[in-house]
Amino acid sequence: MMPDLSLAAGPYFGWDLLRVVEELFHYTFMQHAFEAGTIVAISAGVIGYFVVLRGLSFAAHALSHIGFAGATGGVLLAGTALVLPGLLVFTMSAGAVMGALGQRLRGRDVTIGLVMAWSLGLGLLFTYLYQGSANLAIGILFGQIFGITTRDIAVTFVAGSVTILLVVAVYRPLLFATLDEEVAEAKGVPVRGLSIAFMVILAVAVSEAVQVVGVLLIFALIVAPAAIAERFTTRPSRGLLLSAVLAVLFTWAGLTVAYYVPYPVGFFITTIAFASYILARAAAPTLTLPRARGRELREREEQLRHSP
Amino acid sequence: MAPSAATEPVIIADQLAAAYGTGLIWKDATFRIDAGEFVAVLGPNGSGKSTLLRLLLGLLPPAAGSLLVLGKRPHRGNPDIGYVPQRRNIDRDLPVRGRDFVHLGIDGNRWGVALGNATGDRRRVDEAIGSVEALSYADRQIGRLSGGEQQRLLLAQALAGRPKMLLLDEPLASLDLRNQIVIAELVADLARANRLTVLLIAHDINPLLPIVDRVLYVAHGGVAIGKPADVITTEQLSRLYDSPVEVLHDSHGHMFVVGLEAESAHHDA
Repeated sequence: MMPDLSLAAGPYFGWDLLRVVEELFHYTFMQHAFEAGTIVAISAGVIGYFVVLRGLSFAAHALSHIGFAGATGGVLLAGTALVLPGLLVFTMSAGAVMGALGQRLRGRDVTIGLVMAWSLGLGLLFTYLYQGSANLAIGILFGQIFGITTRDIAVTFVAGSVTILLVVAVYRPLLFATLDEEVAEAKGVPVRGLSIAFMVILAVAVSEAVQVVGVLLIFALIVAPAAIAERFTTRPSRGLLLSAVLAVLFTWAGLTVAYYVPYPVGFFITTIAFASYILARAAAPTLTLPRARGRELREREEQLRHSP
Repeated sequence: MAPSAATEPVIIADQLAAAYGTGLIWKDATFRIDAGEFVAVLGPNGSGKSTLLRLLLGLLPPAAGSLLVLGKRPHRGNPDIGYVPQRRNIDRDLPVRGRDFVHLGIDGNRWGVALGNATGDRRRVDEAIGSVEALSYADRQIGRLSGGEQQRLLLAQALAGRPKMLLLDEPLASLDLRNQIVIAELVADLARANRLTVLLIAHDINPLLPIVDRVLYVAHGGVAIGKPADVITTEQLSRLYDSPVEVLHDSHGHMFVVGLEAESAHHDA
């Protein structure tokens, strides 16, 4: 049942934005959700820029499935305290293997797809053996953002800061290796080492997202903002920032809607991300039209210059 | 630079051999290349032309013999070498400007993000782009530029690092004839202006004939070097390529090589 928003006793929503913000931050669970959501969104947006640029969307998606097997495996071994360690062990080792494969990972759809499906199956087995409720699996897959503790936030903050700082630290050589691997290698950039390091950073980003949107839906926050950003700017630094800003906006919007409408927040975040991507695809060609026309003009000009 | 530098050897290869694993590619290569020379590297597909560049870049260790580049053993990340590898197609939608590619030629191997001396770097980027006359389209998405425009920007990337030597792997491939001549002349002009030594791999010798000082042949498991007039003869070329090649001379004394069209048609192999 949809709540009746017009009820006087219900949460306020209207043009008084200050009151809306007050309302949203009234409860601790909402504050925690915004804090953790923002950190996860920033790191997903930043790392997502390189995921899309390197053509690793499918590999990133596979990592999140592998994370599911890791998290449920951890729970089976020693209870819910091992969700995050289990996740990290599985995603980081899988990430390192993928990174070592490097460029050879591209076009390996069949292998990645099979590993992905097998990981889900493994996760299913672990959940069954744990004999816990299906809620555990649902929580890992889709997140429990309204049940975040202060300790969870601290862990998310540390993991998020580490991923962001690491991306900043390797920014230029990673960009070089991504755009122009051969020249980067000749210039002394450790191409293979960066490839491994990047996948491990991605693994941490996927793992830290488990509580916010879950290991499955993090994919939306990693890929959608970056894919949109890359349609609107041709400058890497701006693309990276835009991607992070969009990821944060999607998360905030999703949390806000979910506060008023009693459907899962993961649904709203992914829906907003997907809808924005569709809009961006529709809008971007019209934005780039003037440039295309300019090119035609210039080509004609060049032809004239070179004709005898 | 002192005038004497013009005759100083920048590459000294002695009994050099190249191999991938146990597969020997060529051996007994002994040659010298002097500073400021423009050398065309020719040879059939798979003969090991790119392998020679990999040796010079320090990406592949010599299998035997010795190699000195600018007085030192080859090492990865040598700032004195500008390198333009053989190109695959750049994705049309790659969300990066040509200028960003050039910029990476200066700071792509530095850690972190650009801070502080960014304006100095930007000026160097502009200089490099200006020197290849690409300023009018350097701010466009690189994947949407023509092959010739991309080649200029990639050349600018190599020049932005202010190298002493340029290693160019098939920079004329997939260009139309007019652009082949334009780019070849551009490289020659830049080399002269900056006193660069150039090794340029090519399949079609014709656009390079007016420019090159010497020709380095990689064929039949060996490497040979010589003046164009000595090496570019019907007999030599036919032997090197194992196929009938004819060298024609027109009334103006210009040379023209026929018979290598099939070779250049599948240069990507």
